[in-house]
Amino acid sequence: MPDYQSYAQGSPLEVKVISKRFGLPNSASIDVFLAHEGYQALVKALKMTPEEVINEVKNSGLRGRGGAGFNTGMKWSFVPRQSPKPKYVVCNADESEPATCKDRPLMEYDPHQLIEGIIIAGYAIGSHQGYIYIRGEYRYLMEILDRAIAEAYQRGYLGKNILGSGFDFDLATHTGAGAYECGEETALLNSLEGLRGYPRVKPPFPAVVGLYGCPTVVNNVETLSNVPAILLMGAEAYAKLGTPKNGGTRLFCLSGHINRPGVYELPMGFPLRRMIEEVGGGLRGGKKLKAVIPGGSSCPVLSADQIDVPMDFDSLAKIGSMLGSGGVVVIDEDTCMVKLAWRIMKFYAHESCGWCIPCREGTAWLQALLARFHSGGGLPQDPDTALDASYNMLGKTLCPLGDAAALPMISILKKFHHEFEEHLKLGKCPFEKNGTGAF
Amino acid sequence: MAETRSSVSLTIDGKTVHVPPGTLLIEAAKQAGIEVPSFCYYPGLSLQGACRMCLVSIEKMPKMQTACTTVVTNGMVVRTDTDEVKNARKAMLEFVLTNHPLDCPVCDKGGECELQDMVFRYGAAETRFLEPKLHEEERKFSSLVYYDRPRCILCYRCIRVCDEGMDVNAYGIGFRGVHSEIIPNRDGRLECEECGACIDICPVGALTSGTYRYKTRPWELTYTGTICNHCGDGCKTTLSVRNNQIIRANNRDHSGVNGEFLCVKGRFGWDFVHHDQRLASPLIRQNASQHPATWEQALEMTAERLQAILTERGPNAVAVIGSNRTTNEESYLLQRFARAVLGTNHIDHHRTADFSSLVRALTEAGAADRYATMEDIFRASSILLIGNDPTHQHPLVAYQIRQAVRQHSASLYVINSAAIKLALRQAKLFLKVPPRREVDVIRVLAGGGEAPDLAEGGSQAITALRDRLRQETDTVIIFGDEIRGGGVAELVRWGLSLPGRTRFVALGDYANSRGAADMGLLPATLPGYQPLADAAARSRYESAWGASIPAEPGKDLRSILSAIDAGSLKALLVFGSNPLKTFRLDQSVLSKLSFLMVAELFPTETAAMADVVLPAASFAEKSGTVTNTCGQVQALKKTMRRAGTRSDFEIICALARLMGANWRYRSAEDVLREIIAHVPGYAVPLPSLLVGRAVATQPRGLPPLLEDSNLVFSSRDSLFTSGTVSRYSWALNSVDEAKRPYGHIF
Repeated sequence: MPDYQSYAQGSPLEVKVISKRFGLPNSASIDVFLAHEGYQALVKALKMTPEEVINEVKNSGLRGRGGAGFNTGMKWSFVPRQSPKPKYVVCNADESEPATCKDRPLMEYDPHQLIEGIIIAGYAIGSHQGYIYIRGEYRYLMEILDRAIAEAYQRGYLGKNILGSGFDFDLATHTGAGAYECGEETALLNSLEGLRGYPRVKPPFPAVVGLYGCPTVVNNVETLSNVPAILLMGAEAYAKLGTPKNGGTRLFCLSGHINRPGVYELPMGFPLRRMIEEVGGGLRGGKKLKAVIPGGSSCPVLSADQIDVPMDFDSLAKIGSMLGSGGVVVIDEDTCMVKLAWRIMKFYAHESCGWCIPCREGTAWLQALLARFHSGGGLPQDPDTALDASYNMLGKTLCPLGDAAALPMISILKKFHHEFEEHLKLGKCPFEKNGTGAF
Repeated sequence: MAETRSSVSLTIDGKTVHVPPGTLLIEAAKQAGIEVPSFCYYPGLSLQGACRMCLVSIEKMPKMQTACTTVVTNGMVVRTDTDEVKNARKAMLEFVLTNHPLDCPVCDKGGECELQDMVFRYGAAETRFLEPKLHEEERKFSSLVYYDRPRCILCYRCIRVCDEGMDVNAYGIGFRGVHSEIIPNRDGRLECEECGACIDICPVGALTSGTYRYKTRPWELTYTGTICNHCGDGCKTTLSVRNNQIIRANNRDHSGVNGEFLCVKGRFGWDFVHHDQRLASPLIRQNASQHPATWEQALEMTAERLQAILTERGPNAVAVIGSNRTTNEESYLLQRFARAVLGTNHIDHHRTADFSSLVRALTEAGAADRYATMEDIFRASSILLIGNDPTHQHPLVAYQIRQAVRQHSASLYVINSAAIKLALRQAKLFLKVPPRREVDVIRVLAGGGEAPDLAEGGSQAITALRDRLRQETDTVIIFGDEIRGGGVAELVRWGLSLPGRTRFVALGDYANSRGAADMGLLPATLPGYQPLADAAARSRYESAWGASIPAEPGKDLRSILSAIDAGSLKALLVFGSNPLKTFRLDQSVLSKLSFLMVAELFPTETAAMADVVLPAASFAEKSGTVTNTCGQVQALKKTMRRAGTRSDFEIICALARLMGANWRYRSAEDVLREIIAHVPGYAVPLPSLLVGRAVATQPRGLPPLLEDSNLVFSSRDSLFTSGTVSRYSWALNSVDEAKRPYGHIF
């Protein structure tokens, strides 16, 4: 198992709230967890009413860390507590967004923090069963989580009558089989039910009709991992860490052509320029910045002149992009943006579930078009066709995957149109030294 | 605002529409006369929002919404005519055409393809797609179903109709993204009921029929709506004919009792009509073998031989066996011929259900309006199924039951000696009884009492069933040949004593089993279940026919056969029946006859022994009416001609004339008018029949009690068999599933 230091060099600018136990020896064990405030939030929560817990989370300004950024407490409040049906908490650990690797250390180094968050969520919405749905590729994390769950049962934090409160809660893990689509919450629920991982028609939303047709809250790993901290430090203090309506901290995954890639916990609203220059140590080899993907591959790409922006949901939305999953990819001047678009589209064409027409056919079309274009077979009308095809996907698919494929494509076509022109003029890629460089 | 409870009002393209709450936007638009295109939306099947063709703009919604998944709300303002909507439709078509092969000139679906129609209407006829199209070789799922992946637009209708309509679940999706494909359940092959609903529902030419593919273009066909000739359910079907050849059957306009439903026999099993062994010329026995003859020779010989036997031995030496498949008009004429021309009441047919006892019991109870139609089965809130295995023997009845359960949670109760599919999959309560003890359960249900060994679960299970049925408000009781004679009377008495409304269906095997009984192909019953013993009834028919009817009841079928064996019965006329096989007779019995005439489609075991064989026309080659097992009359329409054959109508009329009768029927319709005028319960409106409707009959009469319960028995045909004719169907014998034992659950 890789140790924490090997992929996180740390930065003095970090504000460690949910990653504070990372790097402690044996941090995944319940004893280390208990020695460092472990399960104290649960003790506190069980003394509150469920409504109080939901309000606390609502007031903290915690927004979904999976990418959509919906207020978590609000999501919990949509669950009809009076429903006679069982209610479920499902933790979305299908971390598959390219450039995103934050849920992984949260589960690897602090699984009990996540478990504690799930139990509190269960208490808040009146659920007695939780599931952690882990992507198939994270199989080794299953072992860590299963061990942690077993420990939690042993010490009475899971099971019947938790800590003498009368509240029962069970938790189990379930693994996907390697599909990006299963990170979409309704496809995840289908997969969890043993069905093919296709998204469902919404509405009804999972809060009302979710797992097995019952009210269900689906939250990301990082989102749930924040819950204990919120209860311990209080909604107000937590909210203050970030910017208005963007409470707390965020695990940012810095990658790309940068000197110190890694996962860093920084306050919400941390400036992107400082993130690249101070936290990440600037670009590799002193190269010039060309572009930044701010929150995983499905976000519109930022050009070099757009990096003076606070990294929170609203600020990025204001400049036409998204905070997404926190996967920040730094792209230097030697990168071919056509090839980047091709690579991104190859991912979405491969991962399109195929359920609805625009995403299924659109991603495959764009992938083929970009491959041809990049290798010198481009035609003058191709950029316009690609742009039009992207717009034809945008907002027209059943699940957000169509948008996820269209948005980066549109941003690259618009902001780096000149690179397409150069490909056309030269009849080949201006960046490739040898051949076309297939993946 | 008081209206809002019962209706929702919204605006679509400026038109105000009022629809019931819960209506889907796509249906509301349809009501307003506004077409919203779709591939994946299909009324009655689950919603999926996959094709994105039905995107529309709704005020206050940031994105376009799929009309097929949006439930209307009061005050909703919808636009389907904006540029945004038009562009979206065009965009979806351009996307779906990227990998769709444009092989329309050779595709079966060309001319009736929903994708073609959509592109014609909504654009995208020109593509900007310049990349190589993905290709996969065509696959054979079974001898009747082929799959062409490149043509498939992945609307998943096939999967849903198989899951939700048929409850067979034979299809799934394999692979992912643009490589997704429909996969069958058995390692590249289908193992299913082979109903072909998937082919019918496919909007494009992805699923094609093993009997139709690459044979024709749809505009070269003539289409005739008629009635399937196999089981007793009476499904409407459209025969597509070119050059006097049936090429396809589907219920093209989704009308009739079956909507779009057809089973494997209805969709593919018509091909016996074209079989090489169809009799094409009359045969006359000379010495030991049969030789071709002209129609005149064969008919004259028949008349002469009959006349001779009548003269020598009198009418008691002559008997007639009728058919389960000939039309009402032919069955009516046949009994008139026997009674009024030959002067004998020795006429019967293979009775596959005890319709007589049902009519008698309901009439005695003064409840002759308690016959359930096919639609009543679907609408019922509860269904009690006693005996039979409709999944095999009555596929439409099974479909109606499944849809009643699926679409409005009807309760199904099953009493059966076998764990039939409906009992396992749809039933709320299944009472398993030892073979032939179904009627004893009725007795216990009706009279109470203890019967611990009768059913699995003992008396308690029977009591539980009785209690449940007493809670029901609208029950249809469906029973097979397990309940007959006095059993039917007991069932009806008890059924009518239940607190809720109760209606009844008796399940008979073939296309006109019900009509054969209705038309009096019975030894002691005149048409319309009028007892022969009733002088008034007799005299009504006598005056209608201008002839006298012998008052003495005739022999039933088993008595006819034993009289032949005993040597007292010398001449037998058989129409569309194969008693040698059905009644497991020894050849020696029929060889005791002086004269045997058989009118048939095929050289059956019985026909092989005949002195005269007359090649009869099949259901596709004649007009008339048939009555389904629920008593619904429908019109059979002549679709094609077959050289050398004559219809039973023509045969009976010719024989009657040769034997001196003064019949003036020009067509089957003349006979139908006579039936309408004279047969009680058959005063059906002719125009309704002629436009293809099913008209329910409610016969009333007191026919004699069943003399011998062995007279009523079902042939237990499977999904892939249908008496004689299925032996001559390539399609029905080509599928591997036909080799499965009877009752196999697919």
